[in-house]
Amino acid sequence: MQRLTFAYDDEQILEEINLTVQSGELLGLLGPNGSGKSTLLECCNRLLGPDSGRVTIDGDPIATLAPDERARRVGYVPQSESGAFPASVFETILQGRRPHGGWSPSASDREAVERVIDRLGLDGLATRNVENLSGGQRQKVRLGRALVGDPSVLLLDEPTSALDLKHRLEVMDLVVGQLQGDVAGMIAIHDLNLAARYCDRVALLAEGEVHAVGPPDVLTAEAIREVYGVEASVRRHRDRRLVVPEAPADTGPSAAEPPIEGHVADRPTPNTAETDD
Amino acid sequence: MTETATAVGERRRRRVGFLGGVALTLAIAGTFALAIGSVQVPLADLLAALTGGGTELHRNIVWRNRLPRVLGAIVAGGGLAIAGAAMQTVLRNPLGAPYTLGISQAAAFGAALAILLTGVGAGSAAGGLLATWLTPIAAFLGGMVSTGVILALVTYRQATPETMILTGVALGSLFQAGLTLLQYFASDTEVAAIVYWTFGDIGRAGWPQVIVMTVVVLAATAYFLRHGWDYDVLDAGTDTARSLGVNVDSLRIRGMAIASLVTALIVSFVGIIGFVGLVAPHVVRMVIGGTERYLMPASALVGATLLVVADTAARTVLSPVVLPVGILTSFLGAPLFLYLVIEGRAYW
Repeated sequence: MQRLTFAYDDEQILEEINLTVQSGELLGLLGPNGSGKSTLLECCNRLLGPDSGRVTIDGDPIATLAPDERARRVGYVPQSESGAFPASVFETILQGRRPHGGWSPSASDREAVERVIDRLGLDGLATRNVENLSGGQRQKVRLGRALVGDPSVLLLDEPTSALDLKHRLEVMDLVVGQLQGDVAGMIAIHDLNLAARYCDRVALLAEGEVHAVGPPDVLTAEAIREVYGVEASVRRHRDRRLVVPEAPADTGPSAAEPPIEGHVADRPTPNTAETDD
Repeated sequence: MTETATAVGERRRRRVGFLGGVALTLAIAGTFALAIGSVQVPLADLLAALTGGGTELHRNIVWRNRLPRVLGAIVAGGGLAIAGAAMQTVLRNPLGAPYTLGISQAAAFGAALAILLTGVGAGSAAGGLLATWLTPIAAFLGGMVSTGVILALVTYRQATPETMILTGVALGSLFQAGLTLLQYFASDTEVAAIVYWTFGDIGRAGWPQVIVMTVVVLAATAYFLRHGWDYDVLDAGTDTARSLGVNVDSLRIRGMAIASLVTALIVSFVGIIGFVGLVAPHVVRMVIGGTERYLMPASALVGATLLVVADTAARTVLSPVVLPVGILTSFLGAPLFLYLVIEGRAYW
């Protein structure tokens, strides 16, 4: 049973965030650029240390875990990375076994990598240079590296942003398939429709605070206007939410206070569901 | 056997084959280097001399002259290549090399200062023990000052590769300026001694220097092999490496310190030998790819082979004139490096 609790008190990025993710569950972190999604993920990983509050896995505060132990429990797929020198698919995924110790990869490490390559459908690419693969394949390799250490928590920072339609679906199918009841997943994601389709629950972040958290049904037109500053139509399609962005809203998220005349209200960058960055 | 296991096994065989091939080439080049020179030693006589037999002339040539020189070339070439490979990995930059980081310039400045203060250089006949050791010690200290400043800066600031390179470039220009200033005030003979020192020459190292270099280079190799996996992970980027439990800052600082120590030591004994540290790791990365476990030993072997071949050529091409090998490696290294850049562009 996984239980992640976050409580930060950082006035700039994250304020008093409380979230829990269960094993086998995928929690989508939604929100405009700068709302703190990546920061939140990096705090769960000790890439950043929160100013206050704590993150626990299975009841153990991660701040007190040894780096190797933490790395064994938490798999992480960063938003972007580029190696300075070429590395093959096999070598890249093998990096994920490092926290399992040893100064050199063992036979069982290699077998684990072979299994992951097989599971992700990367057979035949094992010795290819990662930089020469397509964006979708590269993202699968990074997912493989995060999974090969058998983590109990998987953190994904916008793994689908740079991908085409087909690869978005493929990568998300793989992510959901890999959770399999014993891994808790957290994903920062821009595409609201992908989130509605694949996430068990979503958390809407706005200016470092949780605006709403719950099943994808919390994605209402009103919530989207308040968080993203975008007018959107929300429809139902095959029992799922379908968000169709219409136009930037006239008023920002701080609709309660009307903007002063001649002054453009500060609001987060409008964000459509059709992100292509 | 899965498709993956087959492909990976195939690649490993290729890598081990490459290691074996280079080792064999080194052995042949080394034997050849022992045999040829102003006095040719036939193979049978060479073997006899090595095992303590043969004529006294051959024993003297082999043991006093050529063996320390060939071993010196192997250790210096291997050490420079390992230091270069480590610097490239730590800096995540294909241009990582002693010259980029100001270590060579600082060592040259140290040597020049020693030559000026004592009025003798390693090249002059006078001076004896003092001259033999003072100049290298001063060069070593110079190199370590440069390293120390880089390490101090990156310890108090963040140890990013950019900080390291920029600091190194700045220090390099500073020591270069210092060197020019010293030369301006030096006498003609002193300038000659300083300039002579900067030409790398393996012949300067005798048995004691070769033994010291061997111990340090072997220790550094052992360190980088032991932590090879960590350095592999480091290449994926700071965030990824940290998420995999690697202490990125300490790994960078230690790698940099060890690579600089090895470089400063070698440069202080044999002078500046360009391009070996830069070219050898790139040859290896191009042929068998980059994982550290193979990169380190393979770079060492390639670097050693390059320097043995270059030094033998330097001794024999213009015989009886013995060229400083540093000039030759720069002449050979620059076009080889250009070729690698053009041919291997796709890989970095």
